[in-house]
Amino acid sequence: MGLAKRIIPCLDVDGGRVVKGVKFVDIRDAGDPVEIARRYDQEGADEITFLDITASHHDRDTTVHMVEAVAEQVFIPLTVGGGIRTVENIRTLLCAGADKVGINTAAVTNPEFVREASDTVGNQCIVVAIDAKQVGALDEPPRWDIFTHGGRKDTGIDALEWAQKMEAYGAGEILLTSMDRDGTREGFDLELTRAMSDAVGIPVIASGGVGNLQHLVDGVTEGGADAVLAASIFHFQEYTIGEAKQYMQQNGIEVRL
Amino acid sequence: MQTVAIVDFSFGNLRSVHNALRSLAEPGTDIRIATEPADIEQADRIVFPGQGAARHCMLALRQKRLADAVLNAAQNRPFLGICMGMQVLMEYSEENDGVDCLGLFSGRVQAFAPHVERGSGFKIPHMGWSRIEQTPHPLWENIPDQSRFYFVHSYYTAPRDEEAIAGRTDYVLPFASVIAKDRVFAMQSHPEKSGEHGLTLLRNFLNWDGQC
Repeated sequence: MGLAKRIIPCLDVDGGRVVKGVKFVDIRDAGDPVEIARRYDQEGADEITFLDITASHHDRDTTVHMVEAVAEQVFIPLTVGGGIRTVENIRTLLCAGADKVGINTAAVTNPEFVREASDTVGNQCIVVAIDAKQVGALDEPPRWDIFTHGGRKDTGIDALEWAQKMEAYGAGEILLTSMDRDGTREGFDLELTRAMSDAVGIPVIASGGVGNLQHLVDGVTEGGADAVLAASIFHFQEYTIGEAKQYMQQNGIEVRL
Repeated sequence: MQTVAIVDFSFGNLRSVHNALRSLAEPGTDIRIATEPADIEQADRIVFPGQGAARHCMLALRQKRLADAVLNAAQNRPFLGICMGMQVLMEYSEENDGVDCLGLFSGRVQAFAPHVERGSGFKIPHMGWSRIEQTPHPLWENIPDQSRFYFVHSYYTAPRDEEAIAGRTDYVLPFASVIAKDRVFAMQSHPEKSGEHGLTLLRNFLNWDGQC
């Protein structure tokens, strides 16, 4: 169709530093977001996502400075998610050089926030992040609910219906994380990804569970994802992004090389 | 040393454009955000970025009295439109129930949505890296034909004049992703977010004498 499927590395940041052990052997400072982002850009990343896990409000300024520093040197799209609650938060991050922001819990608490944010900055900047987990009996057709608080709290909201509502409210993209698969390295929840891709008319980024390159291929070909997000397989240099793209292309997927 | 004005007429990501130009420009180049007509009138070349909704952008251009300065600049100095800064150069946009635009190029801005069949796999916004089929122009120098640029948009430009098309992209349907005439070059995609090829295009623009 002419549009490349995107590969998006995701970095966890705390107080403006990359955490959760990115291990590039030849990078001197493993916590430096600028150096790591530049590396991913050189490897061919199509976008970079930063997940801000900073606990205190005060330290959030350091995230803004980090975005400024990265945006001065890395000229591909940057997304920042985590703890975004106000339109002012969004403006600050976009003005610092972010292209998109991810909204998660704040959307569940107050869906109108997504509408307000989208009306103010445009839907192209608004990514709604959904943490979904399968619910219901095993002999029933699968259903997924939205979970908050790191996958511990079931909101009772159906993930597919929620995504459609968020699209109507002005989300420009869905970042879909399977809480069943996140951290397992068993691959994406393909049934969930496919159901989501079919349910909405906006792009879907698949996330949660990537352990090898075939999982990335499956996310696109079976899950129907428009983009695939992964963290650990890239951080520990098991694979470079270039290798991932080569593998996807060999499997008939259009990528930017 | 030259002055480059980045016109501020929307809630757009001007910082990224500014960062990219600064990383490329020769030392001493004055790159400024233009919020008043005088800033545009004094500049040697103009970058016209923008994102958001068409109605809001046109309103901002008129309220800030920038529209005439922009049109004047487009007649006699190198001028680069980006994203919404391309769309508002057309006569009319279908967005927001219809908005009259600057009319530098004849033709309209139209929605993808009516052309998208359910289940076709095409998502709107068109978001990501698509190829641009080039029509010869000095700003394409050192950029291979069919290179990918980063797009994010839900409306596309349909110029009436074939001669104005400097690049074509296929998503949902073939559309004019770049238009150009005289000293104006305007593109739907974001060169400031398109990695190496985008930076090459911006460098070409900074060195362009405005001739074709």
